[in-house]
Amino acid sequence: MNKSGGSKALLEIEDLSISFGGIMALAGVDLRLEEQEILTVIGPNGSGKTSMFNCISGVYRPNRGKILFEGESLLGLSPDRIARRGIGRTFQNLRLFLHMTVLENLLLGRHVHFRKNPFHAFMRIKREEIRHREVVEEIIDFLDLHAYRKARVADCPYGIQKKVEIGRALALEPKLLLLDEPISGLTAEEKEEAAYRIGEIRGRYRIAVLLVEHDLRIASRVADRMVALDYGRKIAEGTPQEVQSHPEVIRAYVGEE
Amino acid sequence: MDLIESYREELKLIRKRGTAFWVGLLLGALILLPWVASEYFVYLLTLIAIYAIGTMGQNLLIGYTGQISFGQAGFLAIGAYTFGHLARAGVPMLLALLAAGVAAGLFGIVVGFPSLRLKGPYLAIVTLGFGIAVYQILANSELLSGGRMGLSVPKFLPEIGIPRATAVYYFHFLLALAFTLATYNLVASYMGRAFVAIRDNDIAAEAIGVNLTRYKLLAFAISSFYTGVQGGLYAQLIGYLEPNMFTFMETITIFVAVIIGGLASVEGSIMGAAFVLLVPQVFSGYKEFIPVVFGITIFIVLIFEPLGLSGRWLKIRLYWKNWPFR
Ligand SMILES: Nc1ncnc2c1ncn2[C@@H]1O[C@H](COP(=O)(O)OP(=O)(O)O)[C@@H](O)[C@H]1O
Ligand SMILES: [Mg+2]
Repeated sequence: MNKSGGSKALLEIEDLSISFGGIMALAGVDLRLEEQEILTVIGPNGSGKTSMFNCISGVYRPNRGKILFEGESLLGLSPDRIARRGIGRTFQNLRLFLHMTVLENLLLGRHVHFRKNPFHAFMRIKREEIRHREVVEEIIDFLDLHAYRKARVADCPYGIQKKVEIGRALALEPKLLLLDEPISGLTAEEKEEAAYRIGEIRGRYRIAVLLVEHDLRIASRVADRMVALDYGRKIAEGTPQEVQSHPEVIRAYVGEE
Repeated sequence: MDLIESYREELKLIRKRGTAFWVGLLLGALILLPWVASEYFVYLLTLIAIYAIGTMGQNLLIGYTGQISFGQAGFLAIGAYTFGHLARAGVPMLLALLAAGVAAGLFGIVVGFPSLRLKGPYLAIVTLGFGIAVYQILANSELLSGGRMGLSVPKFLPEIGIPRATAVYYFHFLLALAFTLATYNLVASYMGRAFVAIRDNDIAAEAIGVNLTRYKLLAFAISSFYTGVQGGLYAQLIGYLEPNMFTFMETITIFVAVIIGGLASVEGSIMGAAFVLLVPQVFSGYKEFIPVVFGITIFIVLIFEPLGLSGRWLKIRLYWKNWPFR
C-alpha cells in the first residue's frame, strides 16, 4: 500500500487543480477523509465544491494533483470504474432515471453487484433479481419510500426525488458517499429529516460521507469536521465551530450576501 | 406474506388473469387464422411477423437506449445477403439465419463506436452514412449482389402436409413469438435497465457503475442482430435479393414503425410493424404517397400521442377499466 503520511486515510487529495478557460475552479486543494468520517465542504456558490466532487468521481479530469482512494490513485479511471471501487454520489441538480420507477432507480444502484449473465437476461431467470430486491427493500425501509415504490420518479415530489438519489447511491454499498447539497431546495421540515438521516447513514452503513453544503447551520450540525473553499482554494479547516468563526469564512459568506 | 414469493409474483411476465386471458385469445386467433383467412392475408401476417422482429430490435436501440440510428437498411441488407449466400452454399436454414443475425450484430458493434462520442443528430448522420455505404457497396459489387440478375435465394421449409403458406406463417409466427418473449425478458433485466438508464441520464448511469461503452455497443449489437435476422427471413420469404430492396426507404419504414408503435414498447413495436405494412395495402393505388403518409403520421404521433400506438392502447385500456366511471 502506498501511504503518504502516518495513518491510512480513506481518501487523500493533494494539490487538486482544475481550470475552465482561465477560471481556476480548484487551485491546489488538499483534503483527507478518514473511514466513517463525515466531512462537510462549505463555500459560496462557484467556490469549486461541485468541481471537486466531479474530479473525485471521474466526471472531470483534474489538471494537476493526486486523488488516492484506499491508497490507490483514481486519476484516469472512468466514472463507472470509480463507482466499482466503492464511491457513490448524488448530484446537485438531481440526475435520476426519470422514466423509471423508484424501485427501478434503486435497482440500478445495484448494477455493479449483479452477476450479469446475458442468457439469464433473455430467459427471465430471476435469482439475482430477487437477491438484490431484498437489499433494495431495506433501503426503501430506511428512507421511508414505501408509498413511492412503484411511482415513476418524474411524478415524485422534489423531496422524494432527493431521497431516491441518496438511496440509489446507497444501493451501491459504497465505502464513501459523496452528497452534493443534499439539503438544498428542501422544506424546513425535510431539512431536519435529511440532516438526521445523514448521521443515520454513517451509523447504519459504517461508511464515510463527504458532504457539500451551502447552508452553514445545517452543515455544521452533521459534520465531524469541516473544510471551507473560496475561489477554488481551501481557506479553513477544522471543527465546525472553528471553521464557522474563521474570519476568512465570514468574509467569503458576507461578501456573497 | 412471504416477501420472496411476492417478488416472484411481481417478476412474472403476465401478472393479471385478465391479461393472460386476452393474450391467450390473441394467440389462439393468430394460430387459427391461416385456416380461415385468405392466402394473401396470411402472407401479410408473415411479413408483419418478420418486420416485428426487426422493429423490436430497433426499439431496443432507439426507444430503450435512446441512440438514434438510421442505419437499419444497412443491417437489413447485411443480414439478407449473409443469409442468401449461405443458403446458396447449402448451409442449413436456422444456421444461416443465426449467421445473418451475427454478421449484422458485428457490424452493429462497429457502427456503435461513434455513439461513444456522438449524440442525437450527429449519430443519426453517421449511421445514415453506414446505410448508404452498404447500399453502394452492394450496388457496385456483382460478386456480392449477384449482378443485374440479382441473387436468388433457395426456399427451405419442406412440405409437411399443410398448405405451404400456412407452414411458412407458423414458422415465422413462432420465431416472432420467441423474439417477443426474449425482448420482454431483456427489458425487465439488469441489461434493459442499464439501457434505459443510459437514455434517461448517461452521466448518472456511469456514476452508478454502468459501463457506457459496453452497454451502448451491446445495444447496437443486439438491435442489429434482430434486424439481421429480419433481413435473413425476408430474403428467404421473397426468394430473391437486389440492392434496391435496401434503400433509405427501408430505413424510414422501420424507423416509422418504431416511432408510431411507441418508443420503448415491445407490444408497440409489433403494432408499428403492422402499421407500416398495412398502410401501403390501403394506399396500394398510390405508392408514391406512402412516404408522405408516413411523414404525416409521424408528425401527428409526435404532436398528439408521443407514446405512439402503445400509448393510445394504454389510454383506451385505462378508459375501459374505469368504465362506467369515466
Ligand atoms: N463544466 C464546466 N465548464 C465551465 N466552467 C465550469 C464547469 N464546471 C465548473 N465551472 C466553473 O468552476 C467554478 C466552480 O464551480 P462549482 O464547482 O460548480 O462551484 P460550487 O459547486 O462550489 O458552486 C465556477 O466558476 C464555475 O463556473
Ligand atoms: Mg455546486
